[in-house]
Amino acid sequence: MKDIISSPKIEVVKAPEGFEGPGFFATSLDKVVGLARKNSIWPLPFATSCCGIEFMATMASTYDLARFGSERLSFSPRQADLLMVMGTIAKKMGPVLRQVYEQMAEPRWVLSVGACASSGGIFDSYSVLQGIDHIIPVDVYVPGCPPRPEQILDGVMNIQKLIQNESLRRRNSPEYKQLLASYGIE
Amino acid sequence: MSTPTIEQVVESIKEKFGDHILGQEQQYDFTVITIDKNILFDLCRFLYDDERFQFRYLTTACGIHLPDLPKPFAMMYQLHSLVFNLRIRFKSYTTLNDLQFDSLIPIFSAANWMEREAFDFYGIRFKGHPKMVRILNVEDMDYHPMRKEYPLEDLTRTDKDDTMFGRDQAGFKKLN
Repeated sequence: MKDIISSPKIEVVKAPEGFEGPGFFATSLDKVVGLARKNSIWPLPFATSCCGIEFMATMASTYDLARFGSERLSFSPRQADLLMVMGTIAKKMGPVLRQVYEQMAEPRWVLSVGACASSGGIFDSYSVLQGIDHIIPVDVYVPGCPPRPEQILDGVMNIQKLIQNESLRRRNSPEYKQLLASYGIE
Repeated sequence: MSTPTIEQVVESIKEKFGDHILGQEQQYDFTVITIDKNILFDLCRFLYDDERFQFRYLTTACGIHLPDLPKPFAMMYQLHSLVFNLRIRFKSYTTLNDLQFDSLIPIFSAANWMEREAFDFYGIRFKGHPKMVRILNVEDMDYHPMRKEYPLEDLTRTDKDDTMFGRDQAGFKKLN
């Protein structure tokens, strides 16, 4: 085990800043929780079109999202941390997406992958939702039509940054409640 | 039984429905017949039941809106005789004030879905359809989006600047 960890090919998450001495290590709870959450995201893939195909490549061995601690996809929203919306969302799909979001437990994050999920993309049409941020709050947008797996990975890494730095009180703050209320979610 | 040709099919349709056949044309390998909408049901029943032809498969049906025509709305039906491998297409034109066709469900169950779709997108109604409600669009939509008087773009969006994206409102007005 020690050999694996000290191998130059394997990178292990570094300990957060803190005081270290013989037999103890002290740091703030925020940092430990942030570190743990950041490296164990369970994504829920909500894939409706071609961006979903790119996501499949992202999960497969070449790009391998598992390297970031996200190998365990959650196909139930109740255990998911990160909602990854990939593809065109029709207006009729809107309430379904919103229900999926509402079923997720806090803390939850949303990654909007691709032009369609972010803005409706080329489908400036009567039937297509012009961006999922009309119905649910979005944390990170990934541009592209479709984005390459590297871009999706970059989006997930940006989500990781948000997760790591998020205050443990944020989800109870009046600002956050106001944000949800502006979407009519409670 | 010998295999009939499409000419024989057209011939016997003309013999039986005569005056109600308003036109005939050949679009590539498809024979297209324009008919009076009042005979639509009887015509399909005839082609379905007649042992010589056996058109027992409704391939597709859809609404049409061509705003420049005197009768701008139409329904299009394509029938297929699986036994003799014959295909035929019907068109039946009508006006905005008379957007009602006979439902073909008693002959072809497949018409159920297609007629609801035509209602959803064009507002064409079907007499005898058991559930004449929207099938593909959101339930609370208050117009029929494939009609040409409506622009394709989502009219509710506010984030696009027309001067930058070249959406020509005058172009939409010209259509109306």
